[in-house]
Amino acid sequence: MSDQAQMLEGGFGDPARASAMAFRAAMNAMARPGLVETLRGANPPAPLSIAAGTLLLTLCDPDTPLYLAGATDCEAVRNWVRFHTGAPLVGPVTCVFALGTWDALTPIDQYPFGTAEYPDRSTTLIVEAAELHAAGATLSGPGIADTAQLNLPETAAFQANAARFPLGCDFFFTCGERLAALPRSTKVA
Amino acid sequence: MTDQSYNFAYLDEQTKRMIRRAILKGLAVPGYQVPFASREMPMPYGWGTGGVQVSAAVLTPDDTFKVIDQGADDTTNAVSIRKFFEKTASVATTTHTGEADVIQTRHRIPEEPLTEDQILVYQVPIPEPLRFLEPRETETRKMHALEEYGLMHVRLYEDIARHGHIATAYAYPVRVEGRYVMDPSPIPKFDNPKLESPAIQLFGAGREQRIYALPPYSKVVSLDFEDHPFDPSKAPHPCALCGADDSYLDEIITDDRGGRMFVCSDTDYCTARRDAGHLGEQAQ
Repeated sequence: MSDQAQMLEGGFGDPARASAMAFRAAMNAMARPGLVETLRGANPPAPLSIAAGTLLLTLCDPDTPLYLAGATDCEAVRNWVRFHTGAPLVGPVTCVFALGTWDALTPIDQYPFGTAEYPDRSTTLIVEAAELHAAGATLSGPGIADTAQLNLPETAAFQANAARFPLGCDFFFTCGERLAALPRSTKVA
Repeated sequence: MTDQSYNFAYLDEQTKRMIRRAILKGLAVPGYQVPFASREMPMPYGWGTGGVQVSAAVLTPDDTFKVIDQGADDTTNAVSIRKFFEKTASVATTTHTGEADVIQTRHRIPEEPLTEDQILVYQVPIPEPLRFLEPRETETRKMHALEEYGLMHVRLYEDIARHGHIATAYAYPVRVEGRYVMDPSPIPKFDNPKLESPAIQLFGAGREQRIYALPPYSKVVSLDFEDHPFDPSKAPHPCALCGADDSYLDEIITDDRGGRMFVCSDTDYCTARRDAGHLGEQAQ
């Protein structure tokens, strides 16, 4: 397939309904930290996972500067993101969304984490993970009845992020067609 | 059948993305009011434009939708919003709380306990709990940033000084997860304990352009004092139609000689109880 054809392919077949279904999964994940949801609809170019591509199509548009970190910052992904979302591609300091593997995205204190008066003005990081399952670090906080578990790439960074509450970044983790989330309100142990 | 002149759920996709991003930030910071670019809707402000925009952003084609207005499924506001989404999103609708995936509400929480699979969308007139104490948005924003909520306790204290008890009966302020003071919309304080729920709760204020949220199981505490603890009271009667003594009641004037009856404000709850054979004093 030519580069141009690849750029045009892989969007939502029925954008209104597909993004509604995808957002429901994303909202459930953010409202219930640690819950692993299925997210599909988009077919993005490598190295993006289906879940990460679907999340970009659901949430990004010309109003949301996007930072592509590490291997995701390649010609194929840049063209695909520009064509399907129109999101401006920027660096980590001014982004609303950031996408990449954990190693490529860190350190997380380079991202906007909101202001005391507008804590919502912070970056949401989409972390591409090699594995995603409900085991590992113990999570507690809003959205969790008792405790939940999720395999996080580390714990110290997320503990520091939660300590800033109500400021802080929010995280989605994507792996294949799987999605989980970790908002700043979640305490990680 | 969807009316093809509309996009799914009426709003355009960019607007829905903007609202969806606000909902996610609202869930990440429970009780914090996220500003959003509220759109003109085909109904006047004050008729649920905030709730309608939130519902439009969260509804999926597979959902069953329920709308209540002060607990009732059959009032003008509820009927017109239900028809709006039947027409623009072709979603299934119901009046039964247990069958609904998304419930939009004006000023009540259903009596039947909600489940993890449900989403409750509130219509909010004034989202800022401090607004009547401090009219300037710049100041209330600073007060939230600094957790400066002393003024709210003064207001409740003035209630006690004047009336002997906290007289605030609806839109009773709550503190979410020990951080933000939040207006739960003008629900009766009887409903405040139900704010701690397994369902996702989303609040939309259209005219005031704010969205806020409570993730499931969030800790929600109604403000009070040690010597004047919070009391989720209601009219001391059973429902005249179904006999329920655990539901919130509306007082209905029946004649011009002082006659009155108390009936469940939640029509679905009352109907279900009567269908199950529970009868109150004035049931036919």
